[in-house]
Amino acid sequence: MFDIIGKKWFYFIFSGLIIVPGIISLVFYGVRPAIDFTGGTLLELKFEQSQSSNVKSKNLNEEIRKIVESQKIGIGSIQQSGQNTYLLRLKPIDKDQNQKLQETLRKNLGDVTELSFETVGPSIGQETTNNAIKAVAIASLAIILYISFAFRQVPKPYSSYKFGICAVFALIHDVLVMLGLFSIFGHFFKVEVDTLFITALLTIMGFSVHDTIVVFDRIRENLRKMPGVQFSKVVNESILQTLARSLSTSLTVLLTLFALLLFGGESIHWFVIALLIGITSGTYSSIFNAAPLLVVWDEKTRQKSS
Amino acid sequence: MWLIFFITVSSVVINLPQNYRVKFSFGPIKIDRTIERPQFNLNLGPLSIKKDFSPKFGLDLSGGTHLVLEADMTGISTADRDKAFASAKSVVERRVNLYGLTEPIIQQAKVGQSYRIIVEIPGISNIDKAIDLIGKTARLEFFEEASTSAREATPSSVAEVWPIKTELTGKNLKRSEVTFDPKTGKPEVALEFDNEGAKLFEDITKRNVGKTVAIFLDGQLLSAPRVNEAITGGKAVIQGSFSMDEAKRLSIALNAGALPVPLHVISQRNIGATLGMSSIEKSVMAGAIGLAIVSLFMVVNYGVMGVIADVALIIYALATFALFKLIPVTLTLAGIAGFILSIGMAVDANILIFERMKEEIRWGRDHLTAIKLGFDRAFPSIRDSNISSLITCAILYYFGTGIIRGFAITLAVGIIVSLFSAITITRTFLRMVYK
Repeated sequence: MFDIIGKKWFYFIFSGLIIVPGIISLVFYGVRPAIDFTGGTLLELKFEQSQSSNVKSKNLNEEIRKIVESQKIGIGSIQQSGQNTYLLRLKPIDKDQNQKLQETLRKNLGDVTELSFETVGPSIGQETTNNAIKAVAIASLAIILYISFAFRQVPKPYSSYKFGICAVFALIHDVLVMLGLFSIFGHFFKVEVDTLFITALLTIMGFSVHDTIVVFDRIRENLRKMPGVQFSKVVNESILQTLARSLSTSLTVLLTLFALLLFGGESIHWFVIALLIGITSGTYSSIFNAAPLLVVWDEKTRQKSS
Repeated sequence: MWLIFFITVSSVVINLPQNYRVKFSFGPIKIDRTIERPQFNLNLGPLSIKKDFSPKFGLDLSGGTHLVLEADMTGISTADRDKAFASAKSVVERRVNLYGLTEPIIQQAKVGQSYRIIVEIPGISNIDKAIDLIGKTARLEFFEEASTSAREATPSSVAEVWPIKTELTGKNLKRSEVTFDPKTGKPEVALEFDNEGAKLFEDITKRNVGKTVAIFLDGQLLSAPRVNEAITGGKAVIQGSFSMDEAKRLSIALNAGALPVPLHVISQRNIGATLGMSSIEKSVMAGAIGLAIVSLFMVVNYGVMGVIADVALIIYALATFALFKLIPVTLTLAGIAGFILSIGMAVDANILIFERMKEEIRWGRDHLTAIKLGFDRAFPSIRDSNISSLITCAILYYFGTGIIRGFAITLAVGIIVSLFSAITITRTFLRMVYK
């Protein structure tokens, strides 16, 4: 028999090893917010290489930068995104400025086609940020309430709100893992956090709780079936009984996500990676964090009362 | 059982492409025919349902332009703002439709103190000219009829019927509203002018008793009421056999001129159509591969039961996609990702049940009892976990915009359908197999 509860501190430390660097990165580098939140313009342009073959691609980046600057447009970054395509992150510009910029580019660097143009005003950015924070906060609250309600028939002396709070701890764990890793990705690979990332975050919150509930549900059932057995034993038994299911489900979800990652479009690449990280973390946290946390809490209260 | 059969068949029918040519030869048998998706026309008294079951794609898939316009309300009194906003929206609608663009979506949104109009135009990614037009402030003008002789020479355009531009413009119109004729109770449209406008209007009506005066918005004829008598005092009523709707529409259009609201583009998004097409192809590919892998996994892991789960899963995928077309849900890239993700989650309920059945069998129960117990005992955790996912979907939908909403809806529909497929369908098949 595996003893998961006995090694609970080992699992907590393992979580810490992933979360702490993430938090450090969050504190020092933060995340790279996309224009969805900051406001700004994202312009993807395709250059006809044939006409500007005398300008080497490395220099092309510089040339674009010079021209953009000459138009008095604030530059965030200019990145090569494909063979002859460049992604320009700029301070918000309107379509007239965009047209003028493209004309000037065309004059100097040969034909240019606009692949996509996206501009978000700063006021909308602020609003999106507020909404994202609200959504995450309300989702957490709703989940605590729902679990407290769903587990209201948990046998005494175990109280349902502890189940709810432990589930939310597992959830915060997953959110921290995702945010931390994306902060690190942001620093090293220039990955941005956009609305899709928030979507992924909220989905994972749903999934993480989904997973935790399955384990908790078994604990609830076993508490009734095995009266008098030590709490930590009941929890350990419940984890082991649901292990096959947890792994199978996560595996099927991970398999579909891998299919999406390998064959889905480029634009949802990081969205899928966020989901992959989240699902993995969600499964881990429900098995190795949420349930052991219940035991720790239970032992602490017992020590106090005795 | 019959219910399952019905759902499957109707889903398949709905999912058929518009025209699908089936052509294959099998030895001497040659089949070459076109299957057409039936159009669904239902007439139930006044209720007429007409669906053609085409999937709706979001802008990120079909390509197109997404615009957010903010109305500048500084010049409008607080009381009139809602009215002015409704008018501004109708003006935008009118202008977008003028361009003959396909299926534009125009929504209004009031966020805090700011009034916004969201315009989505699929298909075309570069509509700079249209945006110029959309952003312009509305122009309301009054025109007088030409002299009788000119009118008799068969006019070829409205401009020839009413060639005389008057001094009176929307700026002189204070407001317009729908009122009712106290005698007949019929709806009519009332106009109220400012002092200058009242004088101008008096002059115009004096000159044109018995003739018509035309009102144009952005150069389009709105209405050409006949002047019965000279109107003094700056209050006029347009009578006619209006329906309530028509009167409202006319009044809103007039208000667009009376309460002009400057519109600023605060967000714009152009997505090239080619980018969208390749995204659809890739997503379909990813979905198919995902489905195949999950199916294989289930068979390897659970044998016969896995096959049954796979059948349920395929029915699930068909039914969900059919629902997307029926509702209709606008499919975005994130939405399709949500759908593919839900394929993975759909089998979760089955896995929970099967694992439970395995345990029950291990504990010495026979197959039939194990099936029953597996379903009964796995149900609470299936219910609780899915409700929590649905809660997050609801929150996502409430706080999200565009893309996120699409994702929340597809995931929610997926979860609900998966509950049905994983529980009802698998149970029915399992009972058939183990009888």
